This record gives sequence, C-alpha cells and structure tokens, in this order.
Amino acid sequence: MSRHTIKLTVNGEAVEKEVESRLLLVHFVREVLDLTGTHIGCDTTSCGACTVLLDGRAVKSCTVFAAQADGRSVETIEALAADGTLHPLQEGFWEKHGLQCGYCTPGMILSAKHLLEKNPDPTEEEIRWGISGNLCRCTGYNKIVEAIRYAADKQRESTEEVSA
Amino acid sequence: MTHLDDRTEPHSPLPEGASAQVATTDEIRIRTPEKVCGMGHPMKRKEDPRFIQGKGRYVDDVKLPGMLYMDIVRSPYAHAKIKKIDASAALAMDGVLAVITGEDLKAAGDLHWMPTLMSDTQMVLPIEKVAYYAQEICAVVATERYIAADAIEKVVVDYEPLEAVVDPHLALEDKVIVRDDKEKKTNHIWHWEAGDKAATDRVFAEAAHVIEQTMHIPRIHVSSIETCGMVANYSKVTEQMQIYMTSQAPHAHRTVFALVSGLPEQKIQIISPDIGGGFGGKVPVYPGYVCCAVASLVTGKPVKWIEDRSENLQADSFARDYHITAEMAADANGKITGLRVKTLADCGAADAAANPSKFPAGLYSICTGSYDMKAAHIAVDGVYTNKPPGGVAYRCSFRVTEAVHMIERMTDIMAHDLGEDPADFRLKNFIRPDQFPYKSPTGWEYDSGNYKAALDEAMKLIDYRALREEQAAKRERGELMGIGISSFTEVVGAGPSRDFDILGIKMFDSAEIRIHPTGKAIARFGTKSQGQGHETTYAQIVAEELGLPAADVQVEEGDTDTAPYGLGTYASRSTPTAGAAGAMAARKIKAKAKKIAAHLLEVGEEDLEWNVDKFQVKGSPDQAKTIQEIAFAAYTNHPQGMEAGLEATDYYDPPNLTFPFGSYICVVDIDSGTGEVHVRRFVAVDDCGNIINPLIVEGQIHGGLTQGLAPALFEEIVYDENGQNLTGTLADYLVPTAVESPKWETGRTITPSPHHPLGAKGVGESPTVGAPPAIVNAVVDAMWHLGVRHVEIPMTPQRIWAQLREHGVTD
Repeated sequence: MSRHTIKLTVNGEAVEKEVESRLLLVHFVREVLDLTGTHIGCDTTSCGACTVLLDGRAVKSCTVFAAQADGRSVETIEALAADGTLHPLQEGFWEKHGLQCGYCTPGMILSAKHLLEKNPDPTEEEIRWGISGNLCRCTGYNKIVEAIRYAADKQRESTEEVSA
Repeated sequence: MTHLDDRTEPHSPLPEGASAQVATTDEIRIRTPEKVCGMGHPMKRKEDPRFIQGKGRYVDDVKLPGMLYMDIVRSPYAHAKIKKIDASAALAMDGVLAVITGEDLKAAGDLHWMPTLMSDTQMVLPIEKVAYYAQEICAVVATERYIAADAIEKVVVDYEPLEAVVDPHLALEDKVIVRDDKEKKTNHIWHWEAGDKAATDRVFAEAAHVIEQTMHIPRIHVSSIETCGMVANYSKVTEQMQIYMTSQAPHAHRTVFALVSGLPEQKIQIISPDIGGGFGGKVPVYPGYVCCAVASLVTGKPVKWIEDRSENLQADSFARDYHITAEMAADANGKITGLRVKTLADCGAADAAANPSKFPAGLYSICTGSYDMKAAHIAVDGVYTNKPPGGVAYRCSFRVTEAVHMIERMTDIMAHDLGEDPADFRLKNFIRPDQFPYKSPTGWEYDSGNYKAALDEAMKLIDYRALREEQAAKRERGELMGIGISSFTEVVGAGPSRDFDILGIKMFDSAEIRIHPTGKAIARFGTKSQGQGHETTYAQIVAEELGLPAADVQVEEGDTDTAPYGLGTYASRSTPTAGAAGAMAARKIKAKAKKIAAHLLEVGEEDLEWNVDKFQVKGSPDQAKTIQEIAFAAYTNHPQGMEAGLEATDYYDPPNLTFPFGSYICVVDIDSGTGEVHVRRFVAVDDCGNIINPLIVEGQIHGGLTQGLAPALFEEIVYDENGQNLTGTLADYLVPTAVESPKWETGRTITPSPHHPLGAKGVGESPTVGAPPAIVNAVVDAMWHLGVRHVEIPMTPQRIWAQLREHGVTD
C-alpha cells in the first residue's frame, strides 16, 4: 500500500504525518489526530456527521482522502471554542435546544458555519437547504434552524457593533 | 418458543388510585424559583456543553492501548446452506489475528446460538445455513480497522442457495421452512388474542354499519445516526470483562451476557457512554456484540467493532411489519360499537422483538384507542420469513404505532362513509372525562384523559372550520387539499412488575441519590439517555423534591458498576419509572432531612413544614434550616443514634402504565401532476401530564413528529423476491432532511397521571405514534371525493400518482 507524507494545518496548527494513500480524512482526524468530535454515520456521503471545513468549505470527510488535504487547512468542531469562548453557533445550539443525542451536532454546526460565511442573513428556507446534507434523527430540525438563526443574528449584531 | 394458543391478556387488578378522573389545565406548574430550577423550568440542557464542543464520548471514540478491530463477513443470500468457510487466505494476511466462525463458538460452549428477548433463539454465527441477507457468517480480528476490512474480502464461503420466503402470507404455507432447527416444521411462531371474541361477534351482528380495511405497516429502520458498536476489553489476568456498548439497557445486557457466557456477573462491567440515538435499535443484543466479546476473550486484548451504515440497515433489528385486516362496527347513530382485527406479524428469521415477555404483540391491544366501544377482539399471528430478525420499536412503546395507525384510519374511514366530519365524529365517540378511570374492552385501565380538550385545542390552533371552507373552495377549482386528524392514546411506562418483564427481569427502574456534605449531589439511575436529556430532567426532579439547585445535581447513568440496576430507556419509560424512582428516593432523603432539621432547630418534627429548599418552624419561618445546612449536619452534627450521611435508593414499580394522548391535525396539498404530498401545516397538541422541562418536551415532540412523518412519506425497508435488501444505504433509505420536515406547530393540555409521583406521563414517542395516521388521513381526505378510501405508507409520489391515475385525475 503506497504511503504519502502530508503537511497540512489542522485547527490552526501545522501537522505532518505519513499516511496510507487510502486513509480517509475522517479516520485521519479521528484516529491519527484523536479529534473525535468529527463523527461517522454512514458510508454513502449521505448523513454529514463527518462534516469538517476544508479551506473554509464544508466537506464530508468520509469522502475525502487524507492525502487530498495535503497543503490545505482543515477545521474541526474542536477549533470553535479553542479560546474558551463558545462560537455563536455553539451558543445558539445550546440556547435553542438545537441538539439531543449530539451525534450530528458537530457536522451540523460546521455546515452552518460555512452557510453563514456565504450568506450572513439567510432565510429559513435557505437555512434548511444549507443543512440539507446533514441528517439529524432526534430534533426534527426546527430547533436547529432556530439555533442557526440565533447565530446569524448574533454575528450580524457584533459586525454592526464593530463597524459602528 | 412456546405457542401461545388462545392466549388472552394477562392483566391483574390495579391498586387504588392508579387511575382516576383528573382535572385538565394548560398551565405548567412551577413551584421552585429559577435558581433551584425544579419542574416546569425550561432549563438549558446540562449535557450540551460537551456535545457542542465535540467532547461527547461515544463508543467509537473509545481507544484503548493495544486495541484490535473486528469486521464481519455477511451473507449475500437470504437463504442458503453453508458448505464451507475457508478463512486461510485471510489468516495469512499480515495483521490478521483470528477468524471466528460458528464452529468456534460452538466449541466455546454452544455460543453459536443465543436467546432473543422474546425467549426465541437466534444464530450468533451459523454452522449449517443462513436465514437472511447480510446475516453474520464469521468475524475477522485484525490489528487495524482497514486490515480487518480487507480481510473479510479474503474469506471464501461456499454457499448452496435455497429458495427464500419473503412474504409472510406465503410463509404460512410452509413450503419453505425458515427455521428447520425447530422441532415443529412450520413458519408459524405464535398466535395471540386479546378482547372478547363472542361479544365482539355479537356487536358486529347487530351493527348498522360495518367497514373493513386491510393495511400494511411496512418494515422500517430506526437508523440512529450513530450505528451500533462495542469495545470489549477482557483481561486474562483479572478475568474482568469491561465492555463499552451502544446499549439502551446496560444492566439487562450485563445479565444476558453473564447468563449466555457463563462469566460471573460481578466480573462484567458494561459502560454505555454517550449514545448517538437509540429509538429501540440499541435494545437487542446483536450477533456482532457477542462476536466482539468473544474476540476479546480469545485474544485477551481490547477489541473494537463498529458496524457501518449498510450493516446497520441490512442486519439490525427492524420495526413494524404488521399486515392488518380490521373491521369496525357502528350503530345507526354513528356511534362506534366494536372493532375486530386480524394481524400477521412478520418477525423475520427469529422472534427477536423487544417486547415484554407476556406480550408477543407488544401493547397492540391498546388499539381501541380514544374511543368508547362495547367490544373488541384482536388476533395476531407471528410468522418467520427470510428477513433479519426483530422487531424493535422505532420510537414507539411496543407496537402502539401499529395500533394507533389502524384505529385512526378506521375511525376516519367510518366518519367519511357516514358522511360525518371526522372531527365531529371523533368528538361524538371519545371516551368522556367522566368515564375515567376507563376500562378498555381489551383490558387496559386508562389512568387519566381528556380527549375532547386536546382536540378542541388543536382545532382552535389551526382554525379547523376555516380550513374546511378553504378545502371546499379549492375542491371547486379541482385542487387537492386534505385535512387529517389523529386523536391517539399512547400507553407507556412499562411497567407494573406483575405484568411486565423482559426475560423474567421485572420492569421496575431505579434511582440512587447521594447528597454530599457541601450540599451538592450525585444521582444515578438505571436508565440510559440517548439524547432525551436525562442529565437535565432528572436533576430537575431532584431539585423539585429537595430544593437543591438542579445545577448542583450531577446525574449519571450507563455504568453498571456504579448505577443501580434498571431495565433501561425505551418505550417512553424513563420518566414514568426511573423519574418516579428519583422522586421517591428524594422523598426518603427528605424524611431523614426533617429529622435532622428538627434536631438542629430543637423542635419536634410535627412543628416543621417544607418551603422550597428548607424546613421551617410553622408560624416562625425565620427559624429554618436549608437543605444544604441539613446536608452538612448529616455528616458533621447528626443526631445521636441516627446513621450518618444523606442518601437513598429507590426501586420504583409503577402501579399502572401511563396513558399520554393528543390530537394532531395535518393539512396537505397534493400536486395532481406528480403525486407529491406537501405537508402545509401540522398542529400537534400533546398531553403528557405534568411537564418537567418544557424545552425538552418540545424538542422531543418535534423529533417524534419527524419520525412520524418519515414512515408516512419516505421510509421503508424493501426486499426483492429473493430477500435481497434494496434499501441498504442512506442513499436508498430516505431519512428526511430539514427540507422535507415541516415547521411543526405545538400546543398542549395537561392532565396529570393520578398515580405517578410527579403526575408526569412520558412524551418521547407520542408524536411518532400519533403523526402517521394524521398525514394519511389528510391525504385520503384530499382524494376521498374521487373515490380513494385508503393509501398505504410510505405515501410516495408514485403511489399517490397511481391512485390519481386510477381515479381519472391524471394521465
């Protein structure tokens, strides 16, 4: 089995590892780097539990080889409150009861983060489409939508404060 | 497996007060200030900080030194003889340590078979033949996950395919025998009856109106986002087996492992860590768990097994699969008088249902629902087929979903046939509040209810009469709009131990509370949350009873070495059983606290009264001792002759089940060109008795409604005629996303349970039970005028379009 040495940035830190060519990014993150906040829920790129940000874009890390992340930047759920302060999305999920079992939550939050970066003021329908690649079996989604709305409002408020 | 011929309901008499007429309100009762955060406060969940930061700990997150990985070879046939298993090429691979076959398990002490929860037997690994597609053939143990996955491809299995029987009706012909290991060469497993057949036949003979309808509640799958898995860690030195397992019932599983393996129970520790959704799918013991434990026993090393999604959907326990023929009788005034039901239960290759042992068809006999009628009779037959064994609940209390679907469909058909408005017809036929405690014709005693109040509230919230006017106008224009109602009665909280057990273990549940000297507490329970928020609601129960802030109560579940024995979390039983145990344990603590307070205040106990978080002297409230002061004294200044400490345990055996209920109204628009159903509005009014945390209750209702929408419109496990699973991935098995899920609208009434210590009833499954028929009733209502009487679920666009075409609406 061929192997590659990959250099990438994970949650702001430089990482260099030798990996099998076929190693999936999700297994790299979970088992090589021990960042277990990224979960696995299917094997057909359907559920989105493994969503991470690759150069800022939400990707399903079960369908990306670790080798494809060479030279790029990966962000996982563990990065969001690294300084001890919850990200507005994390705050929103907690405030609005946007999670139950918590298994889909990291992927859901990262998909939402990408969505809000593209579209800081999404409509309800845009939010629903924005997370349509992420399955949740517990919440029925209404409260996830409210949680993302909460974060959008909070981020826009802080942006306005800065510009004011 | 015993044949339960002509068996009737085994209920025994209830104690006083287990059922009663209780007043209904819409006010949530709050007795504690926000800093205490007892019942009724919408407290933010205590468990959430770890989940939102990626610090939950699920089974696949467990990583132990020297851990090995297991993967499973599965059958490509639904029915086949195994002629030979050749594992030599796999064993020759670098990193492969062992291949475990059925022969190996047999040699290890007949471990190749195991009991199911229904006292049937199920193959762990087969020796002679396989009986369902994706059945486990053998297990490969390797040093790495990827090597194990490579190695299963190298195992060569020589099969001789046999004819498979997939349809349960055909299975009854016994041309193909699924279980030829059994003495009786038949696919018929059991026959079970409830109600009074003779009285029901009389009612039908006298009826002015009789309707009949067949319906299939198809096979579905819980598909929790986390699949099942285990890390087994056996030490040959200490002879201890530590198991991390996706388990909804860790204590019961420990006992099952002890009984099956022969390992002493005190040497087995099961830890059910954070669980990524259960919905009933993590109640059974699957062959993979047994193989994983054996792999660790054999190697003396930790072994991890995590099934992938395809394995989960193709081999783990299914739900539903009931083929129903129902008849309903009514008198000349449109009053329902009787119900007669025959049902075929497709069990797959083993009766591995997660039902209480005396109830082979679960609580299906609740199927007279919310309606008062003279007589009912239900007969169910269990049948083997070449499909995976089951079934589990899919967020349902033991077959109540099937029962509710049937009665709510039948009620709607009868109303339409009689030309009556379905709401008015229900209001006319409801069990009245003054009839509680209500004894149903099949033997249940409903604890409390007010069905009219819930339907009135739902009709008000959605403005039902205006919708009917809109529908009439749309119909004039040829548009298809339907309004559907479901006024369901749930039955949860199993249960009273005189009737309910699993493999002989009574279905009580437990709580143990310890108050520390500084007035903080740890509370442990015999249940196991899979997202229901027990760490918060149980803390609120303790807060309600003892006045300790919920923030100061650490809740733990799922470690069999530390938590008291309990039967686990499923069938909406946690609040009715373990929640009640928490309240009762807290009351034992309070009784001791009162003695300590009397000692500290130098008064008699009879001079004290409780006030939120303290005992105070009657008429002199300044003289008081808070629960925290009392806790400190329990360790530092307790009365002579009294035991030190402040803790209590309670094993709670409920006197009756609880009977949550509700009324749901759904509005659909149907695209007559494509057959697509659009759920425009859905109002859900639930009555789950007293509410512990309204935020969590609402979350449970939203989630349950979505798991009611899913089988109504999208989900079905489909097999071809050879027993091949055609929906074995999430690309084919359609779990709804945020786009398909409606914006749920909720309302409530509150009719407390008369026997639960907190008046609560349980809520997690009501919406899954109640929602599907509301959606079907709406769809049929939209097309009734065209001649459509019934639509089977899932109501796919293709299915609706076919109906429209048959009735000349589209070509």
